Amino acid sequence: MNALVQSNNPRAAWGAKAPGGAGRLMATGQSVDQVMVEERAASFAKRSLKSSAKLTGLKLVVSMTDLTTLEGKDTPGKVAYLCRKALRPADPRHEVPPCGAVCVFPNMVRCARRFLGEGSPVKIASVATGFPSGQYPLRTRLEEVRRAQGDGADEIDMVINRNAFLTGDHALVFDEIAAVKAACGAAHLKVILETGELVTYDNVRLASGIAMEAGADFIKTSTGKVQPAATMPVTLVMLEAIRDFFFQTGIRIGMKPAGGIRTSKQALAYLVMVKETLGDDWLTPERFRFGASTLLNDVLMQIARAIDGRYQGADYFSLP
Amino acid sequence: MKTKRIVVKAAQASPSRPVVPLKERRLNFGNRWDYAPAPETFDYVKLEPRQGLFIDGQFVAPSGGKYFDTINPATEEKLTEIALGGERDVDLAVKSARQAYEGSWGKLSGRERGKYLYRIARLIQEQSRELAVLETMDGGKPIKETRDIDLPLVAAHFFYHAGWADKLQYAFPGRTPRPLGVVGQIIPWNFPLLMAAWKIAPALACGNTVVIKPSKTTSVTLLRLAAIFQKAGLPDGVVNVVTGVGETGTAIVKHPDVNKIAFTGSTEIGKQLAQLVAGTGKRLTLELGGKAANIVFDDAPLDQAIEGIIAGIYFNQGHVCCAGSRLLVQENVFPVVVRKLRDRLQTLRLGNPLDKNTDIGAINNRPQLEKIRELVKCGVAEGAELVQSRCPLPERGFWYPPTFLTGVTASHRVAQEEIFGPVLAVMTFRTPEEAIERANNTPYGLSAGVWTDKGSKIFKLVSQLRAGVVWANTFNKFDPTSPFGGYKESGFGREGGLQGLMHYTQ
Repeated sequence: MNALVQSNNPRAAWGAKAPGGAGRLMATGQSVDQVMVEERAASFAKRSLKSSAKLTGLKLVVSMTDLTTLEGKDTPGKVAYLCRKALRPADPRHEVPPCGAVCVFPNMVRCARRFLGEGSPVKIASVATGFPSGQYPLRTRLEEVRRAQGDGADEIDMVINRNAFLTGDHALVFDEIAAVKAACGAAHLKVILETGELVTYDNVRLASGIAMEAGADFIKTSTGKVQPAATMPVTLVMLEAIRDFFFQTGIRIGMKPAGGIRTSKQALAYLVMVKETLGDDWLTPERFRFGASTLLNDVLMQIARAIDGRYQGADYFSLP
Repeated sequence: MKTKRIVVKAAQASPSRPVVPLKERRLNFGNRWDYAPAPETFDYVKLEPRQGLFIDGQFVAPSGGKYFDTINPATEEKLTEIALGGERDVDLAVKSARQAYEGSWGKLSGRERGKYLYRIARLIQEQSRELAVLETMDGGKPIKETRDIDLPLVAAHFFYHAGWADKLQYAFPGRTPRPLGVVGQIIPWNFPLLMAAWKIAPALACGNTVVIKPSKTTSVTLLRLAAIFQKAGLPDGVVNVVTGVGETGTAIVKHPDVNKIAFTGSTEIGKQLAQLVAGTGKRLTLELGGKAANIVFDDAPLDQAIEGIIAGIYFNQGHVCCAGSRLLVQENVFPVVVRKLRDRLQTLRLGNPLDKNTDIGAINNRPQLEKIRELVKCGVAEGAELVQSRCPLPERGFWYPPTFLTGVTASHRVAQEEIFGPVLAVMTFRTPEEAIERANNTPYGLSAGVWTDKGSKIFKLVSQLRAGVVWANTFNKFDPTSPFGGYKESGFGREGGLQGLMHYTQ
């Protein structure tokens, strides 16, 4: 099973038009059964989280949040709000950790770095590679990556070439990811599969395998610009791919569901899924992130409720 | 194909992707973030210190005046006392059932019978949380299962059969179905309420009356169901509940005025009942033991197959006659399947059955626990390798950790005998033909499972597996519309669906 990674020519496994896909079997291991995977995913949401488990879980969620703004109307002012919120999400009395990262467009990376300063506990993630469609020349996509990294991005969230993936040119998908990884330099690479456009779980599993083989540090569900975005079953399929990849290669890949996770309850169900699929080593912002913007204040509201024993109105929580 | 150097580099480990050496690659299911206890409340559930028999619409004391204790297997604490029904009580119950059959119930139209069944189904739904809590306390099953599986299915069976009550004349073309009369029913302890529903609902839908006996260790919820019958205004004597022990059941089977016996339980007892019934003209259906093969091919969706294996054997602590207790894995995926199974075992939460996060509850009774222990010990002595969850077991109560045995061959006892506990025997095969042969190589034939991504393979296997139910890419799924029953020593007759209905008519 290790042959693929140890080979000098990993692309061979994704042979452009290779029939049947020996490479596919090696990297992803298997197909996915829709009924059972959806049933299993639903079972995690049935865990009942009370008192201390809930509070600890919610704080973990905050530390795993990539606080995101990805709008054409983003300005330095908006990014400043976002950065301050990520650094100090709540009243210090509640002992809430800072968010994992802020996630912005490449043009906003410099602003973010200015507001966060060097050595900030909050990382800067920048989407790149013609986000969200990826329908741009590779040359300019790579240039975006280099620029964002040069401007101070710690993490690059790239999108895969869905055009190539859906037309069966998996080798091209692989090569482009590898090229982006090389362009990332020291920055970590998150690879967005845009699962809403891949449609089937088999596709999600296959794309996860390609991304991990090609050098991803994280695999990520969605841009947030396509519906459906992150779902529990899709995330489970990706977590299972990460699990198999770990046993095959010894490399621990991170996971980031993004888009559509808006409530504390949803976020805790995702955490349960991570805990029971990959275990403790993934229950850390190093290996698990939520891409979200509205989620944070709902979590903070629940934290305040858990500590103070009552709910506060939305106006008591600062907007990011 | 020309590959850029850059690609080769990227696919290797990078500073951000350190490689864990082969020997240290394991998942760590620890307590970095643990769930706090989340017990279901039960203080609203009232239980009288003594439970009578339910005969002729009334709760009455047993004629022998004797009672026995029923305990909570998770704590060994006494829950209440159950009446010990004897021959005399059985006779009263059968007389009452006969009277109801000749009188009130027998004269009702199908439509009217259906109304009662609908009413009962709705009352079960209304009281389902209370019933689920009681089922969990009396039987040791996790509340997650009683709440989400047992009780919804119990109601579904009454709803389904309520629908048939006024449509029986269309059920079997060319025949005019008539009821049988008084039906004696004996049910086991693994799904007390669900088995009662499987038996009572079709019997009443077809116009029969019932004398039913629950297992000694699980009488409480059936008596609660009897109270629901009272509440629904079901005419007196239509259903009679005689609690007790083995002899109580024998008395029902031997009673001359019973027209049919329906039994769910062990093959051993089933055989004895068949002998008792032989030559009496009574009809008989038996739903007995099993040793189902769960067959996993190399092209299966493995991660989902693991869920199916888990659901197949650890559902209800493995106290399931159709449990997938023999896992047949294709040799080339055996190491992967065992590794995944080992990891999955660690995430099963064993403990207080009333905790909403509990996956594995208590073993129903001490003799069963001892039987499980003995068989596993025997498996290990015969050379099988033991894999068990490292979960701590509570000090009091009857507990057995989720377990599987590898290196099992067809001649091991653990591969042949029904363990009826959370113990899986893992075996391998090479070809589909061998899988079929091995799967059928058992005196039982209740259920089987097939895991493959190929539809053609599923059809091929399904036609050759001698099992009453074959699940494809799933396991332990039940539905009132689907007939359930066995081949060979797993019994005869079907329950559920049209086929099940047929056995309650002539």
